[in-house]
Amino acid sequence: MSLGVEILISALLVIGGCFGLIGSFGLLKLRGAMQRLHAPTKATTVGVGASLIAAALATYMATGVANWQGVLVAAFLFLTAPLSGLMLAKAHRHLDRPTVPPTGTGAPWAGERPVKP
Amino acid sequence: MKRIFPHPMLSAALFLAWLLLAGGVALNSLLMAAILATLIPLATQAYWPGRPQIRHPLRLVSYVALVLWDVIIANIQVARIILFMPADRIQSAWITVPVDLPCPEAIALLAGTITLTPGTLTAEFSADNKALLIHALHAPDPDATRDEIKSRYEARLQRIFR
Repeated sequence: MSLGVEILISALLVIGGCFGLIGSFGLLKLRGAMQRLHAPTKATTVGVGASLIAAALATYMATGVANWQGVLVAAFLFLTAPLSGLMLAKAHRHLDRPTVPPTGTGAPWAGERPVKP
Repeated sequence: MKRIFPHPMLSAALFLAWLLLAGGVALNSLLMAAILATLIPLATQAYWPGRPQIRHPLRLVSYVALVLWDVIIANIQVARIILFMPADRIQSAWITVPVDLPCPEAIALLAGTITLTPGTLTAEFSADNKALLIHALHAPDPDATRDEIKSRYEARLQRIFR
């Protein structure tokens, strides 16, 4: 493995770790459930993404075989992260009842009783 | 053909995903991939009656590339907010985004895009599927955030799916 590739892999790992750390720090610093929900989205996208690219690169350089399973990990993360975020936001809305703007379409938000005319 | 493969795109995706999981194109993994790609769409078609009409697959690819790029940029912006902005100066806002997309798949894609680009998060759908409730971490101008989502993502999805 050449020095340049090693530096690239290390840089990707450090970047991934930094974003994971910032995401966790955000959980501490931000206020309220909804703001805190924003922080971990960083860890799953850029944080895990950078680590996956580093892992794929290291495997390829060491064995000469491309590691496509990392692509699957990224794909599953990108598919499931919005769903868990949506479910947490829904739970927050039903438990804590924050005031939210109207839909503007005449229909209520999903899961709410229709507004009586 | 339509009765055996109710969702050809889903079948293709499952086939590919299994081959990636198996890590090779040996005969047994090809066979297993074919079985799964046939059975899973058949078993789930009752929950998924419609079929998305993708007019421009190439535009879908460029859309994914655009979103990936935006994810990186937005991550850096949000990291700066978390690290350097005092907590009492962060102006969070709930924003209603009216959507005009032809099929549930397109709306799901828009909702996922909003959540993945950090700083905005899809929290709810309206009961008639014509509006999304999103939460923005720091949006001093909520209308600008809404307009950016509509012009940058929704307009592109409209061209892909219609």
